[in-house]
Amino acid sequence: MNIKQLSVFLENKSGRLNEILDILGKAEIRIIAATVADTSEYGILRLITSNTQAAYTLLKENHVSANLSDVIAVSCDSLAGTFAEQLKCFSQENISIEYMYCFSVKDRAFLILRTNNNEKACEIAEKYKLHSVSEEELIQL
Amino acid sequence: MYFNPEIETMSRAELEALQIKRLKKSIDTALQTPFYQKTLGEKGITSASINSLDDLQKIPFTTKEDLRNNYPFGLVACDIKKVVRLHSSSGTTGNPTVICHTQHDIDQWANRVARCLYMVGVRDTDVFQNSSGYGMFTGGLGFQYGAERLGALTVPAAAGNTLRQIKFIRDFGTTTVHAIPSYATRLYEVMQEQGVDPRRDTKLKTLVIGAEPHTDEQRKRIEDLLGVKAYNSFGMSEMSGPGVAFECTYQNGLHIWEDCFIVEIINPDTLEPVPDGEIGELVLTTLDREAMPLLRYRSRDLTRFLPGECPCRRTHRRLDRIKGRSDDMFIVKGVNIFPMQVEKILMQFKELGTNYLITIETKNNNDEMSVEVELGDLFTDDFSKLQSLTREITRQLKDEILLTPKVKLVDKGSLPQTEGKAVRVRDLRNNK
Repeated sequence: MNIKQLSVFLENKSGRLNEILDILGKAEIRIIAATVADTSEYGILRLITSNTQAAYTLLKENHVSANLSDVIAVSCDSLAGTFAEQLKCFSQENISIEYMYCFSVKDRAFLILRTNNNEKACEIAEKYKLHSVSEEELIQL
Repeated sequence: MYFNPEIETMSRAELEALQIKRLKKSIDTALQTPFYQKTLGEKGITSASINSLDDLQKIPFTTKEDLRNNYPFGLVACDIKKVVRLHSSSGTTGNPTVICHTQHDIDQWANRVARCLYMVGVRDTDVFQNSSGYGMFTGGLGFQYGAERLGALTVPAAAGNTLRQIKFIRDFGTTTVHAIPSYATRLYEVMQEQGVDPRRDTKLKTLVIGAEPHTDEQRKRIEDLLGVKAYNSFGMSEMSGPGVAFECTYQNGLHIWEDCFIVEIINPDTLEPVPDGEIGELVLTTLDREAMPLLRYRSRDLTRFLPGECPCRRTHRRLDRIKGRSDDMFIVKGVNIFPMQVEKILMQFKELGTNYLITIETKNNNDEMSVEVELGDLFTDDFSKLQSLTREITRQLKDEILLTPKVKLVDKGSLPQTEGKAVRVRDLRNNK
């Protein structure tokens, strides 16, 4: 199940991340998961939010370079070895993971994945009976 | 196909003989002014000093500063009674520059503009609409007189009021429009809004664009949008106005009218002529002006001669489109670079915004050039695509300017912008 992710271009400049988060905060947009990947010159901030489409429109209005893309989310028990278990089925089916980030809520772990083929990844998640998480479920957390 | 066949296709030898003859006359005329009496007098130059075009090198340059210092009539070489018109620059940076014309000067100017328009196929059966500003700006009356000289039905629509421009184009059956390039695009946008299809609903076939530096990409875009051929026009108020150089239908550079101007291209730092084909500052000497002859006038515009003969068989040499102003030029590691070159490359990437900043600084005793450019909308979530974009920009810049700048993508709206004209170059070197 595809989930909308918001990616934001971030110049490496003190205060820039804050500016972006402020814009979203003032519009009552809640951040569910966030990660920053960076090079020496710029970074990409990736966000799952309570209203990603609205967040995208809002950032565009504020002249921020942003992009909407699709990721998938799966959840599992937060126990030793469960991560490996989850990811193994993707590699068995030749799906490569471009990047991922994760967070846990109490004893549940949530993995946000970007793969080279999200559609196939969803089928695999179903086939191996992984627990796919929808956007609505993430927002309810 | 020629407005003045004998002049336009004259052999180079005849043309140069004509130039020498007219240069002598220009010097004699110029010597009627205290300014040239002083500058030429100091070097003992009279028309007798000129035996070949090489002797031109003896004559000192005339600059915009000289025009300002002699404001308004200090460089008028004839009886002021013979002056019938003047044009003046806006003078936003000090005294304006004033150019005076006798009836002869106005006539010759109109002939030159008519020659340009005829060259791109405008005839007395055409309807020529001039969307240039009138008044002091030479693009107004300059084209008006030229198009009338040709016999075209001339519509002095003047600048602005786009809806009215479009109404005129449709009602009068306008075939040719003179506009600045950015306004040509604007015309199309408003036509779109009004549901007017330029191909279906108008008789437009020719656009004359100039007065604003533009790239060949921009020209092609205008041609595609309006379904016309667009020709590059070059002029400057100090050389009367439009009609100095113009493209022919081969669109391969601008023929500069060498019966009316002696053309030199110099290195703005050493003031020596550059080898043929290299970019430098355009220097012009008027050959057919009574009221205000100007000798070796430094235009500040950067261009180069294009090599080879033109298939149109005109013998007047061709200039490349204007590359920018010599004031904007900077030198890094011995290479002359101007912002227009960088801009041309950056504008080809639709992933980028329009704002950029070039910085040159000293690092480890070395000049380093970096180009910051604003990203447009983020087009990808993929780092490798951003990095390959940077690599591709770098590669194309290197092809254009022959050295490798450091290219950095920056946030939209993060680069400094001043009113109207953006600051494009920051030179932070220790010893410039």
